[in-house]
Amino acid sequence: MFEAVAFYLFAFLTIAMFYITVTTAQALHALTALAAGMIFISAFFFILGADFLGAVQIIVYTGAVMALYAFGMMFFDTTREVKEKNGNKYIVTGLATLAAVLIVVIFVTPLVSTNMHAFYPMVEGAGNTQTVGLVLFTKYLIPFEVAAVMLLVAMVAGIVLAGKKMDLSLTLMDAKQIQEIEENDKKVLS
Amino acid sequence: MEIGLNHYLVLSTILFSIGLIGVMRRKNLLMLFFATEILLNAVNVGFAAISHYYGDLTGQMFAFFVIAIAASELAVGLGLLIVWHKRHGTIDLDTMTSMRG
Repeated sequence: MFEAVAFYLFAFLTIAMFYITVTTAQALHALTALAAGMIFISAFFFILGADFLGAVQIIVYTGAVMALYAFGMMFFDTTREVKEKNGNKYIVTGLATLAAVLIVVIFVTPLVSTNMHAFYPMVEGAGNTQTVGLVLFTKYLIPFEVAAVMLLVAMVAGIVLAGKKMDLSLTLMDAKQIQEIEENDKKVLS
Repeated sequence: MEIGLNHYLVLSTILFSIGLIGVMRRKNLLMLFFATEILLNAVNVGFAAISHYYGDLTGQMFAFFVIAIAASELAVGLGLLIVWHKRHGTIDLDTMTSMRG
């Protein structure tokens, strides 16, 4: 009973938040609604008994990803209204068809695969975090290390791409210096 | 009323469709990134639900890897976006049509 109430409540909230995210014209509203939706998604993980995944969801998405997006919003000056593209009937039709096909596939798949069995079953008497650690560091050790290397590559790429000229502070220079730098940039880039 | 696997899968589909709508109609690249985050989260809900109802931890493992991929995609994507914004002063998709076929 309580599970049903929690499921429907959080389903409604999540769908509403993500709907706001994709439809609003204000970037700040989209960012806030996305953060709220991420937290509501973690509620499903807690309902499903995946406690560790829920904690990771909150830490990574609303902690790291949202902070990065907030930085991006401040950098890109998205306070003005976002322009939309609309009026393409073919795209809308294609999207509707794709969504319908997805729904049919998702309804049919559990019927087809009734003989599915647990590959790495949950250990009795151990909490979710312990079982996750057991499986992650035995069966999925190589993918775990590959993911670590991938995160390192992403970190280096982020520093290299975003860190150019970060030693110059535009707020500490006067207007003449900034203009000189911009003219130099134009010469290099054109 | 019992909440079954199908409930979660339908919810995952609805969230995925919302993300698809966002990918199709957004012009601003930052908003496009928001929509891709929604797509990845919708898939994660499906993974966790299947992991719970089949008593198998593989779904949760894949959800972890999806989260790691989302984080690194965001780091690289935002870096590229900053470079683009420094050069052109805008992050609209329409300005990126320099490679007309």
